[in-house]
Amino acid sequence: MARDISSTLARAYSSAKCQKMLKSLCLIPRVHCWVLYIDILILECGGNLYDAASVAVKAALYNTKIPVVTASSTDGDKPELELSDDPYDCRRLDVLSIPCVVTISKIGYGHVVDASMEEEACCLATLITAVTADGNLTAVKKSKGGSLHPESIYEMLETCQQVGMKVHAVLMEKLREEEEHQQMAMGSQHKAKGFL
Amino acid sequence: MAGVEIISNEGFRNDGRRPNELRKLQCKMGVFAQADGSAYIEHGNTRVLCAVYGPHEIRGSRTKALHDRVLINCQYSMATFSTGERKQRPRGDRKSTEMTMHLRETFEAAILTQLYPRSQIDIFVEVLQADGGNFAACVNAATLALIDAGIPMKDYVSACTVGFAEDQALMDVSHLEESGHNAALTLAMLPKSQHIVLLEMSSRLHLDHLRTLMEMAEKGCKDVFLVLDQAVRDHVSEATQFMNT
Repeated sequence: MARDISSTLARAYSSAKCQKMLKSLCLIPRVHCWVLYIDILILECGGNLYDAASVAVKAALYNTKIPVVTASSTDGDKPELELSDDPYDCRRLDVLSIPCVVTISKIGYGHVVDASMEEEACCLATLITAVTADGNLTAVKKSKGGSLHPESIYEMLETCQQVGMKVHAVLMEKLREEEEHQQMAMGSQHKAKGFL
Repeated sequence: MAGVEIISNEGFRNDGRRPNELRKLQCKMGVFAQADGSAYIEHGNTRVLCAVYGPHEIRGSRTKALHDRVLINCQYSMATFSTGERKQRPRGDRKSTEMTMHLRETFEAAILTQLYPRSQIDIFVEVLQADGGNFAACVNAATLALIDAGIPMKDYVSACTVGFAEDQALMDVSHLEESGHNAALTLAMLPKSQHIVLLEMSSRLHLDHLRTLMEMAEKGCKDVFLVLDQAVRDHVSEATQFMNT
């Protein structure tokens, strides 16, 4: 299942829409680039893993700080990379084009988003879609054992689009809020939301 | 690493502690709804999660079943993002296998294993952030998780890692103090009976210093026990508050 999630997310991020963010990781075309490792650790499974994982990845990418590297061309054809001396000199990633996964499950005649464990257990089939902030779908996958009529698929995809766009809007707002809080609370003891 | 000083001239360590001070210890029980017992512990910057499942029927091969006591299945795993450099193999490498075995031995000594013959108890430990004293934090987290799961034990198991650098014994070492050629001793004990369940030391140490290190480790374990005990009492009183009304 872990490989399923990682391959679905990889497919979602490999679309043309996300190329902008991926291109920003290039240092010298065809020579050097940043390798970005995204490690997802699932602590508890309460249903709807794909969505939660994709939201977490987007939030983590928003939080990622990449050191500024300048390429200085020395004599010959081997360019040298110089890391900036200041440890806080870094740039952020543009996550606006990163899609979020919305899983929609068909239960009976209707469909639900964000299914819990119990709802997942009794659904006919699920559609796992990756939606960008402007409503474009970058990946679609049908899973679970039931069969879907094309008409229901169209309906479900429309719902996914709407839900996806809302999720993006709310997520970006929350991330910006959280960032402001962190910056304001720099002096005082900022307690990050964790287990404690 | 040659230029790094572990203890300053005034006797303070890198994080401002005195040699005999523990790091800030915070813990929470019952963090997962699905596991039978779970706990989260923070020793300074070292963060460890533990989940306990059981006692339940033996999973996998029935041949492993013990006719007179419970089978304890442990798993020690370090998240890929727990160390400074990305850790390629979360589990299955030698260090993790060794830690897994030590965890199992530690808790076989503490859990009342004769109460659940032909059954299995799973202890899964995940190190989220590793900053020294990882194994001790795992043992403490597992103790709390086992208590949360209601598994009967002879006593708490509290653990502490002490280091020896610049002729000084240091309690609850951080990663910086643990690395290099400094000796580090990990002790896990049952605090009330003062029985030692695990003793592990790495690097070289002169025999004359062993007593000092052991005494400091025992003191550390007793201090940790006080914090763990308070955490358990707070958790139980919180839980029973809703039951009484």
